[in-house]
Amino acid sequence: MAVITGTAPRSMPSAARRNIQSFYPAWFYLPAAIIYGILYLLPTFSSVYFSLTRWTLFDSTFIGLENFAQFFREPFLIKGLVNTVIFAVVTSGSKVVLGLLLAVLLTSNVVARGLLRSIVFFPVLVSTVGVGITFVAMMHPTEGVINEGLELLGIDGPGWLTNPRLAIFSVAIVDIWKGVGLATVIFMAGIAAIPQDYYDAAHVDGTSPFQSFRYITLPLSRPATVTVITLSFIGGLRTFELIWTMTRGGPGFSSDVIASVIYKQYQAGFYGLSTAGNVVLFILIAVLAVPLSIYLNRKEGHE
Amino acid sequence: MRGATRYAVSAAAYLIATFVFIVPFAFIVLTAVKDQRQSSVLDFSWPTEFHVWDNLVEVITTRNWMVVTAFINSTILTVSSVALLVVFSAMVGFVLQRRKSPWNGLINFLILAGLMMPPAVVPTIWLMQGIGLFGKLYGLVLIEVAYHLSFCVLLYRAFIATIPRELDEAAIIDGAGPLGVFFRIVLPLLWPVTATVIVVQSVAIFNDFVNPLYYLPGNKNATIQLTLYNFQSQYQTAYNLLFMNIVLITIPPLLVFLFFNRQIIAGMTAGSVKG
Amino acid sequence: MRMSFRPLLAGIAAGVFAASLSAAAHAQTELTLLTSSSPNSLKLAEGLVEAFEAANPDINIEIETRPGGAEGDNTVKTRLATGSMTDIFYYNSGSLFQAINPQNNLVDLTDEPWQADIHENFKAVVTSGGRVYGVPAETAMAGGIFYNRKIYEQLGLQVPKTWDEFMANNEKIKAAGTTPVIQTYRDTWTSQLLLLADYYNVQSVEPDFAERYTNNQAKFASTPAAMKGFERLEAVHKAGYMNEDFGAAGYQDGLRMLVEGGGAHYPMLTFAIGAIRATYPEKLGDVGFFAQPGDDAEKNGLTVWMPASFYIPAASPNVDAAKKFLAFVASPAGCEANLKALGATGPFLIKGCTLPADVPPSVKDMLPYFEEGGRNAPALEFVSPIKGPALEQITVEVGSGIRPAAEAAALYDEDVRKQAQQLGLKGW
Repeated sequence: MAVITGTAPRSMPSAARRNIQSFYPAWFYLPAAIIYGILYLLPTFSSVYFSLTRWTLFDSTFIGLENFAQFFREPFLIKGLVNTVIFAVVTSGSKVVLGLLLAVLLTSNVVARGLLRSIVFFPVLVSTVGVGITFVAMMHPTEGVINEGLELLGIDGPGWLTNPRLAIFSVAIVDIWKGVGLATVIFMAGIAAIPQDYYDAAHVDGTSPFQSFRYITLPLSRPATVTVITLSFIGGLRTFELIWTMTRGGPGFSSDVIASVIYKQYQAGFYGLSTAGNVVLFILIAVLAVPLSIYLNRKEGHE
Repeated sequence: MRGATRYAVSAAAYLIATFVFIVPFAFIVLTAVKDQRQSSVLDFSWPTEFHVWDNLVEVITTRNWMVVTAFINSTILTVSSVALLVVFSAMVGFVLQRRKSPWNGLINFLILAGLMMPPAVVPTIWLMQGIGLFGKLYGLVLIEVAYHLSFCVLLYRAFIATIPRELDEAAIIDGAGPLGVFFRIVLPLLWPVTATVIVVQSVAIFNDFVNPLYYLPGNKNATIQLTLYNFQSQYQTAYNLLFMNIVLITIPPLLVFLFFNRQIIAGMTAGSVKG
Repeated sequence: MRMSFRPLLAGIAAGVFAASLSAAAHAQTELTLLTSSSPNSLKLAEGLVEAFEAANPDINIEIETRPGGAEGDNTVKTRLATGSMTDIFYYNSGSLFQAINPQNNLVDLTDEPWQADIHENFKAVVTSGGRVYGVPAETAMAGGIFYNRKIYEQLGLQVPKTWDEFMANNEKIKAAGTTPVIQTYRDTWTSQLLLLADYYNVQSVEPDFAERYTNNQAKFASTPAAMKGFERLEAVHKAGYMNEDFGAAGYQDGLRMLVEGGGAHYPMLTFAIGAIRATYPEKLGDVGFFAQPGDDAEKNGLTVWMPASFYIPAASPNVDAAKKFLAFVASPAGCEANLKALGATGPFLIKGCTLPADVPPSVKDMLPYFEEGGRNAPALEFVSPIKGPALEQITVEVGSGIRPAAEAAALYDEDVRKQAQQLGLKGW
């Protein structure tokens, strides 16, 4: 059994190599492109027109860029922006680190591995509503199980969700709790794709477990890392559901993120304004995530 | 890991897991078996009386057995959407990773856009009404495929990079066509990724709430997340029934996970490419 | 065995016969009805539909549910805008009704004979462009302050007629070691009550406030009478009258504290009577209700909320059958079905409908305000189309001591400006 690496000798003449493109036919894009183009791209990007209107769903009046002006006048926009970036960085960073560590643990020969994997993945399965209510109850300042536990240790627990400065971080913790299983599974798939032979060879050479993690697992699970970073960073920037179930952006406006500001406009019936907000959020994400994605993928190409 | 280390690490893992994961699960299950009044306190306490059966029956029979209809609809929705997603997104990921073309930049951007821009509901409904997809289960299937495509393509593209091109070339030399290369060589090697996609997307689609709400109205079309609203509202929530419902609807995705989670790791041996 | 077998068989035969007969003889009309999934709305719809179907065997109504709150608003608007609404639907009156473009989307009910029996105050909140589009689905509601009668009895307190008396009561309750005012900000909407229920007091001092406010002439921050709502909320917080966990408690916690005596007052809408009846039926007698007191005992009056309504979308293919259902809702038989489903929660808005004699004390307490010569006024959201969407966040801030009342009123005026502009009102 030979390990095939990127530097394996080329076995085909160059003329045939040029033709090989035809073995990756463009029509493979077709089924996906039709569905995606018609049901997502077309309606979503044509709706951008409505960001230039006052829109009640029943009729729309063209008002130029007024919605954008109004969106940037939102009193808590800056707060929301800062929260959004903090939330995305904290949650995606933690998911990458914890997810990778958990994946290593869960692909090792830890006792009752299947059970532990199920436990870690279980939060991904539970509906966000259930997770939200559960943690709101557990984070209750006086009767919640978290602060009661801390009290046993002699620590006076904070108002996790009622303290305006803490609320966004408390939600971030729950988001990590709920999402880390997903990152772990993707990392597990990444680690699974690493040929066992590498580890065997390393074992023969007498490397320590840490070294094989550092020099085999880490670099070779790169595709997984890129995917997890991209998905969880963009997911973090767009995050909304959990914040909405747990704090509704509160107390007051203290845990608002851009997506919850937009949702509140949407629920108030300001459909044009919230479409404008979505366009702004889209540009914000594109500015942050596209360079990140290009950077991550380019490095991959060099290897 | 060997001997003592293995048990020490395992013990530590289970100790942490107990606090971090088991306590919230226990909260959910305990709340699900309380009576309504005790559950409304939402505290971490032992039920004064167990109402496992009562609550279960009530959840299942509410609104003319809505949960049962919803289970059937959600299962059809999930299975069909995930099947289409796997094939279509693997095809895109494959060609996108392999074929060098000046369009790749744009295609990559459009795929990322799917993660960045929330879909516009009302124009989508207008469009679906125009082409006769609105209010149809297969219409919603296509919607779910469209909305989850980006995620799957990203995953596939990343992992297809780990499959050496030389395998494709060897197959081509053996006379395989494009479909043969893809379906017989590449797709089987992607099994760990496919298992991951199946697990992750089944959960996401099974638990989807917003899209069925808007694109598939009507009682006979109820899907599983909508049943949670039978017990939860702005003014009053029956927490015991809500949590019983949550427990109930978590079981199918859990079974999917238990089955496919082995497959993800089964790839550990299959993934080491045999030359 | 034999004895029971025959009737059983006969019953089956009769059933089959009846079923085939009815299928052959009547063409059944199938209607759909969309209501909110909140337990009370669903119970109401089920009760009404059951009674209606008994009286109209040729019509079947299937009930669908939607989420409440904002997701519900969006569902209703989306289904109306895309022509996919049910034949009948239940939705709010007042400013939310105005936002669904009634003149294009709904069937005009102005000339239905039963409109003569509907209270004028209700008609006003389902009227658009001079035409009437709804029928009251429930009884009238009010916003004010629930109190625990046992605590009042033990401490020998009187129902307050002025704000100062109310605060004096609070002081005594606090001294006795009980929480005077329950606040529940996990459900943010509950934080608005002390402000919204103060509107009777606002309009008794500034009768034209609603009009001038709608026309961009009067502001909360610059109208002392309107500012008082914010100031009162702030005063309650500053005096330390709230329950310790006001930030984490929810509406259901609030009701529990009220009925169990954990707190003496809970500012709330009277639909809470239905919730108390459902969860704590034996405690219903311990709960009383009074209007939010103002400065002048002589001018004490109640701020009233109009109930939701049933509507028929213009796109419905079954308008005639749907109208029959609405006529039933507007009849005494409909009121009876309503009472059976929900119990008495307030006065009816339909002529010929009466409450039973044995209503709970909280309902009895609100009735005098509705009688001839009684003082009541509709809440601001029923006399002006503008209600700023961020109000509940702002009142949470005031009630939590995060933002002072004056600043909050100014912030709310900004929010109101945004709403008015989005509605495209003149003068903004």
